[in-house]
Amino acid sequence: MAKFTAKPNELSKIDYTPPKTHWLETPVEIREHMFCHAAKPKDLETVGFPYGREWRPNDEDWKLPENWKTIIFEGMRSLLKKYRSFQVFMDICVRCGACADKCHFFLGSGDPKNMPVLRAELLRSVYRGNFTLAGKILKKLAGARKLTANVLKEWWYYFYQCTECRRCSVFCPYGIDQAEITMMGRELTNMLGLQIGWIAGPVANCYMKGNHLGLEPHTITSSMEFFLDDIETITGIKIEPTFNRKGAEILFVTPSGDLFANPGTYTAMGYLMLFHELGLDYTWSTYASEGGNFGFFTTNDMAKRLNSKIYAEAKRLGVKWILGGECGHMWRVVHQYMDTWNGPADFLEEPVSPITGTRFDNARATKMVHIAEFTADLIKNSKLKFDLSRNDHLNVTFHDSCNTSRGMGLLEEPRYVLKSVCNNFYEMPEDTIREKTFCCGSGAGLNASENMELRMRGGFPRANAAKYVHEKYGVNMCAAVCAIDRVALSTSFEYWVPGVAVCGLHELVGNALVMTGEKERTQDLRLEPLPGKEVAE
Amino acid sequence: MPMMDFQGKQYEIDEDGYLLNLDDWNKEIAGHIAKLEEIDMTDAHWEVITFLRDYYQKYQIAPMIKILVKEIGKVMGPDKGNTKYLYELYPGGPAKQACKIAGLPKPTGCV
Repeated sequence: MAKFTAKPNELSKIDYTPPKTHWLETPVEIREHMFCHAAKPKDLETVGFPYGREWRPNDEDWKLPENWKTIIFEGMRSLLKKYRSFQVFMDICVRCGACADKCHFFLGSGDPKNMPVLRAELLRSVYRGNFTLAGKILKKLAGARKLTANVLKEWWYYFYQCTECRRCSVFCPYGIDQAEITMMGRELTNMLGLQIGWIAGPVANCYMKGNHLGLEPHTITSSMEFFLDDIETITGIKIEPTFNRKGAEILFVTPSGDLFANPGTYTAMGYLMLFHELGLDYTWSTYASEGGNFGFFTTNDMAKRLNSKIYAEAKRLGVKWILGGECGHMWRVVHQYMDTWNGPADFLEEPVSPITGTRFDNARATKMVHIAEFTADLIKNSKLKFDLSRNDHLNVTFHDSCNTSRGMGLLEEPRYVLKSVCNNFYEMPEDTIREKTFCCGSGAGLNASENMELRMRGGFPRANAAKYVHEKYGVNMCAAVCAIDRVALSTSFEYWVPGVAVCGLHELVGNALVMTGEKERTQDLRLEPLPGKEVAE
Repeated sequence: MPMMDFQGKQYEIDEDGYLLNLDDWNKEIAGHIAKLEEIDMTDAHWEVITFLRDYYQKYQIAPMIKILVKEIGKVMGPDKGNTKYLYELYPGGPAKQACKIAGLPKPTGCV
């Protein structure tokens, strides 16, 4: 495969003119750098997904099982029956087009099939032809079409060009949730073994080893040792966290990316420092060592299986409640699905902060509190001391992660924390933040490297907003409460807006946190000199 | 399954040219992959490769860059213990390019 070499000035020339032919007569063209590699058969077999085989998306022959159409129709019938939402979303769209220009992939590519309305229509047309009377009789006149191998390819190509970010649904007058449609589309393609490697690998890893990266217990603790060494270098304080400790009050779960990928590792250092300073009675787990849930990008059932591990571990350790780290889709799963799948978690207690006594009644059902809420509450109750000047080398903006903003309404808490630990905070334009935030461009399991053109196109609207505050206010740091954001935005900004780095919220908390018994700090969590301490270095 | 031909033998690789079997690796094939990547291997390059292999044997994953930087600083001297130096050795990135030459798989997930 040729390397992706397109420069930003080429990629930003976006042609919004639709093709001359009707969309039904415009066959899908599977282009390099726009799709992910196929899943490895062994990863599908690990979790019992069907039809694992060697195939390549740009091959003519996808080696489909002979009865693939029957599998799809039966699958669709069963999904329609099981999910009322799916049935409703197939029926109610009036094609007003309010969603059309709200999708980051459409804005970045100009491909009309990335308009959410048309992406959904790819599936609806087949639904009409086979599940509605009008479609069966009137066929094309009623917007129906037949299912063919090319239609299936089109589904696959475009359902893996949607990050399930749900920005379009904010603007839909009917509230149609495009993510739910993409999820059904992916369930269907998964029935034929058409999964992508970047999702199947982490799912298999998480199922077997407890986290997406496949970190084994000794790898996790050794990685943590490095963070603890650095923290000691920076603060003079030696921290000794515990792992798999029965009887701890709180289980802490965060995405494994925080333990192994920059810049998430600095966020992990921030967590460690905060919990130490509080004297929090908590434990890490090397089994439930993943907050994220790539199963959510395959089938609801797989997501449920992976989610259950966190609760099984909480039960095994006998903790009272669960504190969750800075992850995106973890929170959509916890907030909107967990209770239906694996709830009620009535063996746990309604979370109460042991430091402030605040009862998190919003987490009554799931018993899981987001760390931004937890920290915001600490600050509100004056339990933490900060030296804001330690973040003075940073002009910070905040990227709302799709899943925490639109999926759980976490809008104020991260901002409150940021403003409490930084002197220089600037918002990106209104239409690109909070509920209307733009996706990083690489969510829902699309943060691979072979689909780099897709990622950069999808990341363009967010990067464009970052560029605005970079030029206007000199913003040089973007905070985000999601591990995919932290790696995806790092790549996207390096491409579109060099000079804006990415960090987690708790990296900045760790920088500013005044710890009991610490030495005079000269370095930030990246071991870079603090403002005014450059000479001392 | 894509294959790589080298010295009359065929090796299984993934779509991006990473060896699939850890045990297929030896210095010769590493040199071959390095050539394909247009890297002139020096002692410093091998130092990174050896560390990556050893780390992988122990932990079943490629080390994070932080660990690699520290280790190289220890072995090659403090002035070499930084990301910049690693990128000078492997312009394609120590994670991607050096892992490929070391015969390690690509990491996946939120990375």
